[in-house]
Amino acid sequence: MLGKLTLSAIPYHDPIIMGAVLGSVLVAAAVIALITYYGKWTYLWKEWLTSLDHKRIGVMYLILSLVMLLRGLSDAVMMRAQQAVAVGSSQGFLPPWHFDQVFTAHGTIMILFMAMPFVSGLMNIIVPQQIGARDVAFPFLNSLSLWLTVAGALLVMVSLGIGEFSKVGWSGYSPLAEKLYSPGVGVDYWDWSIQIAGIASLMTAINFFVTILRMRAPGMNLMRMPLFSWAIFFTTILMVCSFPVLTVTLAMLSLDRYLGMHFFTNTFGGNIMMYVNLFWMWGHPEVYIVILPSFGIFSEVVATFSSKRLFGYKSLVYATGAITLLSFGVWLHHFFTMGAGPDVNAVFGITTMIIAIPTGVKIFNWLFTMYRGRVRLTVPMYWTLGFMVSFSLGGATGVLMGVPPADFVIHNSVFLVAHFHTMLITGTLFGLIAGYSYWFPKITGFRLNEKWGKRAFFFWLIGFYLAFGPLYLLGLMGMPRRMYHYSNPAWHPWLLVAAGGAALIVIGTFLLIVQLIVSIRERETTRDLTGDPYDGRTLEWSLSSPPPVYNFAQIPIVGDIDAFTDMKEKGLAYTRPVQYHDIEIPKNSGAGYLIGVLTFLMGFALVWDIWWLAASCAAGIVLIVIARSFDDDTHRVITGSQIQGIEDERYRRLEAAR
Amino acid sequence: MSDYALTLDRAGEEDRELERATNQVFGFWIYLMSDLVLFAVIFATFAVLCRNYAGGPTGRDLFHLPYVLGETMFLLFSSATCGLAMAAAQSGKKNLVLFALAVTFLLGLGFLSMEAKEFQRMILNGDGPSRSGFLSAFFTLVGTHGAHVCVGLLWMAVTFAQVGLKGLSASVQSRLMRLGMFWHFLDIVWIGVFTTVYLRGVL
Repeated sequence: MLGKLTLSAIPYHDPIIMGAVLGSVLVAAAVIALITYYGKWTYLWKEWLTSLDHKRIGVMYLILSLVMLLRGLSDAVMMRAQQAVAVGSSQGFLPPWHFDQVFTAHGTIMILFMAMPFVSGLMNIIVPQQIGARDVAFPFLNSLSLWLTVAGALLVMVSLGIGEFSKVGWSGYSPLAEKLYSPGVGVDYWDWSIQIAGIASLMTAINFFVTILRMRAPGMNLMRMPLFSWAIFFTTILMVCSFPVLTVTLAMLSLDRYLGMHFFTNTFGGNIMMYVNLFWMWGHPEVYIVILPSFGIFSEVVATFSSKRLFGYKSLVYATGAITLLSFGVWLHHFFTMGAGPDVNAVFGITTMIIAIPTGVKIFNWLFTMYRGRVRLTVPMYWTLGFMVSFSLGGATGVLMGVPPADFVIHNSVFLVAHFHTMLITGTLFGLIAGYSYWFPKITGFRLNEKWGKRAFFFWLIGFYLAFGPLYLLGLMGMPRRMYHYSNPAWHPWLLVAAGGAALIVIGTFLLIVQLIVSIRERETTRDLTGDPYDGRTLEWSLSSPPPVYNFAQIPIVGDIDAFTDMKEKGLAYTRPVQYHDIEIPKNSGAGYLIGVLTFLMGFALVWDIWWLAASCAAGIVLIVIARSFDDDTHRVITGSQIQGIEDERYRRLEAAR
Repeated sequence: MSDYALTLDRAGEEDRELERATNQVFGFWIYLMSDLVLFAVIFATFAVLCRNYAGGPTGRDLFHLPYVLGETMFLLFSSATCGLAMAAAQSGKKNLVLFALAVTFLLGLGFLSMEAKEFQRMILNGDGPSRSGFLSAFFTLVGTHGAHVCVGLLWMAVTFAQVGLKGLSASVQSRLMRLGMFWHFLDIVWIGVFTTVYLRGVL
């Protein structure tokens, strides 16, 4: 009836896991109790869970990302704490099977359930506003993507308390991930959770590719598009081309594990290296999928807070395009040591170094944008400046490892861990937090507290250097990655420093939450009444904060790069049309949410071999899709007079604020 | 320029539906391209594993070209009748659309049952997907195509019902168009399968 699932799947003998499970359950129970106490279930269902409004969907992505950030961070803290104590005769507090799950979960969560939803959230909220559109091309698909991502994340969370998570690293190398060497359910949890999230990402990519190409406001030709939208455009290309590779690779691994096939086994004609190649053919573009949006955010932030048009707009666009193309030609540098031979390694070493060039172009563009600009040192600028310095250092270490002979020395050491954390923390995460701080007033209608934001930044920055600086040294001293225990006492002091750095990062994250709470409490005094708190340059700042459900009462006409600045200079900003027309917007739909729930159950059933449940969930999903296809009544109309009312209120507040 | 914006705002029901349908078709093209990447990866995998027999049977032992040619004919003719359905939809001949869709469905079903029979024969002979790397890749490549055809048939049945119930409305037309693209796409992929798997395996 329940497949492999028995009560013994719950690791009740392990106090650490049970503590984490208890904590998660208590938090979930508290949230449910609060919603019930305030009687908000109907509100939650009608306004959020079934919403097809891209701004609401974006906010839900951001919440998911924040929750998963906390989970991934606690994994990181456990690893740093373990390595700070597990030297010589001390075994630390994590046994090897648990430590292995922790580092696998950390990588999987941070890339696929923290960074990806963060990117999806910001692009959902901002891209339609930046290009002058009222919605995305496929609003229902958008809601479906969100709930599939949540289903994948939930699967990872459930693995904590029921069964186990994968122990083979976030990249799931075969044959270790095969049934013979990983007979438990951990790899299956990992496989299905990212399979589901990957399909969601592919749908998001198709959606935004079409949105950006087909729904721009009149006059906004591609070369007038804001850099963030450009970055998202290239990101969607990367996603459409690379996520199917992940889908196939994971499916083949499943076929190996469930049906005994021989794709990645080391017997019966399987090919181990094919897994490594396929995984990184997705995995390397994935690195750029999470970094390009941040580059876009930095471009917006630098231009706005330097009160200047971006230096070299076109070169930034071409550099982003070049990175997009080149990112498909470097995957082999993830495994120089796996026997490709000097000729192949040389080619991929060179492509790896070439990719640093367009990235360098971008750094200079941002620097020259600031040069002779009227720079305002706001919180988003702090994150941006922290990024520019740290990312250049991280890039240099990347080029260093791109030299195959050097890579043979430091491959699989913590030097590599330090390198990619430099790229992903000071690149991706700093960028995403900068974007969160920058667009926060647009999303909520009030500003974030600057003081707490700057404190959080300094704790993050200093914490980052203390946590990962020592890892560069340790890597050169020969320390391999993923060690639950070591016997070389010379490493110990540096790992203590790294643990201290992790503690500072935890405080920094705590301060981000403090900032959010303080800002919510003082929101009445920090309302953004104009919708343009920073003298913004792009179209989203021409709207009220938060924008109405239809975004633009009248579709704007774009005359230049930095469309809103252009309008303000020509005195065309805030002009009202003579008459407002009806606007059609998508009706709410619970179908996406239901499919998400069924997909989660299906994933769970597949992990535990509960075949009847998996089959009925699949049938349910098909039925919902068919029912939805019969429904032609998917839109509702907001009449011109209703819009008139909303806009009158908006202009009244605007006048009052001036 | 401002006139353009005005027309954009005042766009009537039909224009908005047209714009939505155009977006859907464009989005579907992009989906097909991503599906092409998916098939490309499986083809590449097959190319890597196609000689890893692990002491098991080879393509020459397993494939009967005349049988596969029959299968192929089913699919090719179904593409022709599918094209007929599209043409009929454009000229608004509802009954012809229904007839052509029904024939397409039957031909697709014929293809699928021949493929299932081939799979069954091989598995019963002990040459299932877990026999060797080559057979894993074979079953996965051909099976993925078959799964797509299966989804296409389900979609076709639903569209048949919609044409019957709603007539050739704008949304049904748009769905028919995408179904047609999907069906022809599967045809093209099958040509690749026929060549790389069966022809190359036997010759």
